[in-house]
Amino acid sequence: MTDTAERPVRTNPGSDQAHVAFESVLDVQEKSAYQRFIANQSFWVTVALVAICLAMSWIEPRFATEDNFYNITRNFAFIGIMALGMTPVIITGGIDLSVGSVMGLTAIVSGSILLTETPAWLAGWWPEAAWAHSWWMAVLAGLAAGAIVGFINGMLIAYVGLPPFVVTLGMLAAARAVGVILSGNRMLYDFVPAADGFKIIGGGWNLGLDLPFRLSNPFIILILLTLALALALRMATWGRHIYAVGGNEQAANLTGVPVKRVKVQAYVLCSLSAALAAILSVGWSGSANNSLGATYELLAIASVVIGGANLMGGEGTAFGAFVGAALIFVIRNSLLMAGVDSNWQGIFVGAFIVLAVLLERIRGRRRE
Amino acid sequence: MLLELRKVSKSFGAIKAVSDVDLQVDRGEIVGLMGDNGAGKSTMIKLIAGNFPPTSGEIVIDDEVVHFHRPVEARGKGIEVVYQDLALCNNLSAAANVFLGREVKSSIGPIRWLNHPAMYRRAGELFAELKSETRPRDLVRQMSGGQRQAVAIARTRLSDAKLVLMDEPTAAISVRQVAEVLDLIRRLKDSGITVVLISHRMPDVFEVCERVVVMRRGRKVADKPIKESSPEEVTGLITGAIHAA
Ligand SMILES: Nc1ncnc2c1ncn2[C@@H]1O[C@H](COP(=O)(O)OP(=O)(O)OP(=O)(O)O)[C@@H](O)[C@H]1O
Ligand SMILES: [Mg+2]
Repeated sequence: MTDTAERPVRTNPGSDQAHVAFESVLDVQEKSAYQRFIANQSFWVTVALVAICLAMSWIEPRFATEDNFYNITRNFAFIGIMALGMTPVIITGGIDLSVGSVMGLTAIVSGSILLTETPAWLAGWWPEAAWAHSWWMAVLAGLAAGAIVGFINGMLIAYVGLPPFVVTLGMLAAARAVGVILSGNRMLYDFVPAADGFKIIGGGWNLGLDLPFRLSNPFIILILLTLALALALRMATWGRHIYAVGGNEQAANLTGVPVKRVKVQAYVLCSLSAALAAILSVGWSGSANNSLGATYELLAIASVVIGGANLMGGEGTAFGAFVGAALIFVIRNSLLMAGVDSNWQGIFVGAFIVLAVLLERIRGRRRE
Repeated sequence: MLLELRKVSKSFGAIKAVSDVDLQVDRGEIVGLMGDNGAGKSTMIKLIAGNFPPTSGEIVIDDEVVHFHRPVEARGKGIEVVYQDLALCNNLSAAANVFLGREVKSSIGPIRWLNHPAMYRRAGELFAELKSETRPRDLVRQMSGGQRQAVAIARTRLSDAKLVLMDEPTAAISVRQVAEVLDLIRRLKDSGITVVLISHRMPDVFEVCERVVVMRRGRKVADKPIKESSPEEVTGLITGAIHAA
């Protein structure tokens, strides 16, 4: 039998102690926090973002104007909000391809409630009263439509065990179709006067406050949601569980993480964020179209991935989604100003996703 | 009797991983569970820990027949497990893994948030107790096999467990750390905790266990006090050279 009670012979004498002393001198926690920061993809995306903005304001005088800033930040807010919702889903190792279609569906549901002439599918069972056609009812109904879609996605994925890709691809087709049917394939724009409240949410600025600068409401909402998600991911048990599910679903389950419930919540949240983006977008444009958000799922997923999330799950941050979306839009805006045909933008976005995933692979390999 | 298995069987399709096992474990006992690869040891641990229900037979804890549907239910009954694959999330820190599923929270009114400092501190204490140089903030992904094992073992020390099931807790660790784990097992016994230890390392079992149970092809082939057995006999039982004892 071995003499396990005795001090074992070190094969590599002193190396352990030297190691410990070395690290305590350097203060290993500080060091690793700094290293983690530098190794962070969202850090480099931020650097790229700042660099492009600086270069553009130097080359192109129209770039650094207040108007252009207002427009870019508003346009990227819609995708940014969707990217935030997509983040927990991707951290759990899932994906949601249906968010673009959820936008179309939500636009039609909210828009229908605000129409001067109640559409056929609502007439008969929806109350006539003014409150049922108010701007806040339109917001609630739109969010509810999103929540229902997310709930169906989540249940099929978590409880039935179907792959997220398949479920949400199906939903991409189905939700869009429902939007087309409910709208009678028409654009909705003839709204009741009460819709003005709805238009202000999406089209207004500074949340109605008197501020020395001008930020669009969607952009302010995006900033608030980014902070909220960052807090939830870092400080809430829910966030901890989202990461655990993406890291090792089985281990999470064994340690008592309610894996299935957490997944359903992630998909509901994702659809809700798409619904919110749609509501803001309809409010801004003043009309609801069933084609709203087509191919936006690609932009939302790209934002999250570019921001450093891992499509295999377990990694991703709210800040990453924010800067990822910002980078895509600044590049799009720059290309547009440089006179590049907008049809070319798809190629850049596509190349970007592949590049981001490639970067992740390279970093991952170095880590192993 | 703390734990009793009555004619417990578990099949995975055509494979009978555990068949008709009777087992009794008393409070404060340390039982060694041995057997060849695929003998059904891990399956038995998972049955007790509520990972899946037995195909037939009964599991009794504290004289009460239990039907666990989820591992948390077993944990609620005071059963802690170190799984063979450790069940860790690579993307989380050591402390986060230790506290996974039972996070320490602070609160003001209805608002509750994770108390990171408290978890780092407590995890640090647990690692120190195990004499492991595991740092609470390090990601499990970057850890050595021994450090990972320390994380999995530290988890079992969070609550006042009645029964600790350890599936090869010494498989990946150095001689020095093996000594620490065996020491921990003795301390657990001193504080009245029951331990079932699965190991392929004969010396470990003979050093800390009072009783050895040997399984072969899903059946229990021996169950006797360690003093009345010998490594040679156990080896024979594992390989089948000795039919039963
Ligand atoms: N989830 C499962 N599905 C199907 N078969 C399984 C499953 N788990 C275990 N088995 C089978 O049950 C038998 C017993 O496996 P078990 O893991 O209990 O062995 P073990 O004694 O722990 O072996 P080792 O010493 O290698 O860990 C094996 O034949 C294994 O293939
Ligand atoms: Mg095993």
